[in-house]
Amino acid sequence: MSSRDKTERLLNLTIALLATRRPLTRAELRRMVPGYPDSDEAFERMFERDKDDLREMGVPVETGATSALFDDELGYRIRSDAYALPEMSFTREEMAVLTLAAQAWAGAALAGPASSALLKLKAYAVETDEQALTGLTPRVGTHEPAFRPLWQAVRDARCVRFDYRKPDPPVTGTRTVEPWALVCRHGRWYVVGHDRDRGAARVFRLSRIDGPVTITGAAETERPAGADLAAMVAREAGPAESGVARLRLRVGAGAFLRRAATLRQAEQAGWDSLELPYGDLAALAADLASLGPDVVVVDPPRLREAVIGLLRGAAGVRP
Amino acid sequence: MSPALQRLARLLALVPYLLARPGAPLAEVAGAFGISEDRLIDDLELLFVCGLPGHMPDDLIEATFDGGVVHIDNADTIARPLRLGTDEAVALLSGLRMLARLPGAADHEALDRALAKLERAAGDAAAATERIAVVAQGQAEVLAAARVALRESRALRLQYYVPGRDELTDRVVDPMRLLLLDSGAYLEAWCRLAEGVRLFRADRVHSIELLDTPAAVPAQARYRDLDEGLFQPAPQDRAVVLDLADSARWVAEHYPCERVEQHDGGLRVTLRTADSGWVVRLVLRLGAAARVLAPAEVAEEVTSRAQAALAAYQ
Repeated sequence: MSSRDKTERLLNLTIALLATRRPLTRAELRRMVPGYPDSDEAFERMFERDKDDLREMGVPVETGATSALFDDELGYRIRSDAYALPEMSFTREEMAVLTLAAQAWAGAALAGPASSALLKLKAYAVETDEQALTGLTPRVGTHEPAFRPLWQAVRDARCVRFDYRKPDPPVTGTRTVEPWALVCRHGRWYVVGHDRDRGAARVFRLSRIDGPVTITGAAETERPAGADLAAMVAREAGPAESGVARLRLRVGAGAFLRRAATLRQAEQAGWDSLELPYGDLAALAADLASLGPDVVVVDPPRLREAVIGLLRGAAGVRP
Repeated sequence: MSPALQRLARLLALVPYLLARPGAPLAEVAGAFGISEDRLIDDLELLFVCGLPGHMPDDLIEATFDGGVVHIDNADTIARPLRLGTDEAVALLSGLRMLARLPGAADHEALDRALAKLERAAGDAAAATERIAVVAQGQAEVLAAARVALRESRALRLQYYVPGRDELTDRVVDPMRLLLLDSGAYLEAWCRLAEGVRLFRADRVHSIELLDTPAAVPAQARYRDLDEGLFQPAPQDRAVVLDLADSARWVAEHYPCERVEQHDGGLRVTLRTADSGWVVRLVLRLGAAARVLAPAEVAEEVTSRAQAALAAYQ
């Protein structure tokens, strides 16, 4: 049997199941749909597989009693409202943003589903305006090998096991997690879910997962309603400490700091004095360290220490 | 999915697509579905031997492609597309929400309407709970000005901060495209100052001004291939070898490395750059989490700048 024959048979089967108002028995389907083998056993096997294949594709094949009086024989049908995408129409502008959204996945894990979804929607949008998109290229990267198995687990509500590296102190341990969602924050992927061993919600960075991600079975916990996953990830990415910094900055240096400064005045020759509100002490400390001797932190002491710590590390001074 | 199922999925999408576009040219349809015209004709030939049980001529799907245009009829049962699968719904929803989180990146009214419709189309829980979320950064003012410049094909004046040299530069650029990446937004443009294609990160643009001068992107300007990574070193660039502690592994994810080896709980990477000032600043910001192994003068520069900076605190 060729692949073409199989497609033809499945298409005829789908049409027959959609066209019927009452469930059809296997015997009826065998007569209606060309391409089934003569032997009973071979037919049963093939029909079972066809039914599973259609369901895997998302075609909702229902099982039901074929008669209101007798429920001894089961039949099959597809309800058209369960099968079909609800009727709607998309304007040219809406189609343009949908196309952009699909393009974001180009070359990444969901590239195939994104483009097949778009083709389905195009049935409800006669006008598409490719010009509106000129010059805009969104792109999401999913390079971590853990992405695919984790996405499968999120989608199908599975539990997974993987080895995870913690940096400080460096330890690797096996984690058993029921993942709820994958979150990409500023180019880094995280998985959020229920950590079974800790009995609590946890965030894991995909790049710290070592080796394979194994699906171990069904998830048992529900994702809490209203959980703010993005906020959980933001906390994991670094609990941000905010404040106002006072700096001395060499004239001509650190233009990116001057832009955000609330107060700026010339100090002694060649130096300016700045007040700079910040939302993330660690990030600002790294920015300031990168300027080397062109900036001096006056206040607050925590920021001063953080910068000195980075500079000592870079200079090779052992703590 | 097996090839037979993939093809079935395509046929079930093709029929509604064609019904909405009577007389669509073969080439256009083949292009939309990413298949050859021969393959499309084969699909159409498969369609017209399928239909309602009985398979009398009146039951079969009608498909014609005379004169290079496609017509389809008598396919009522599969006239509407199959509902979206979870992967499909999540792919589009997460893409739309990523754009919605980027002010200035796209037409927000259209985005909101498309999101609402898609959530309705996706129906079940796929819509309500976010299973994949992409939070990207972008500067609204920069993105909005760049979009206008691209649409109207106008040049832009940028005040742009170059971190490798800690320098604010003033330049006129001819915009080519706006890249909205998960790691941030970039304008790819022909830079008249550098006389080459450059990437400008939105968060380093200090000011952006739309000029009345038309954009003039020279014919030799090429888009970079995003699959090759954002930063593509030139062969003549210098090789720099760094040891990265575990907390600095992101460097290897962020910049293209020629070599990445596991080393002492962290990584040893080799990358190429034309700008050693950039490396010095990168290593200073990483503190004890990075060390330059080669070239020696870059390592010395890091040490001497760190020591000079520390002197101010003594």
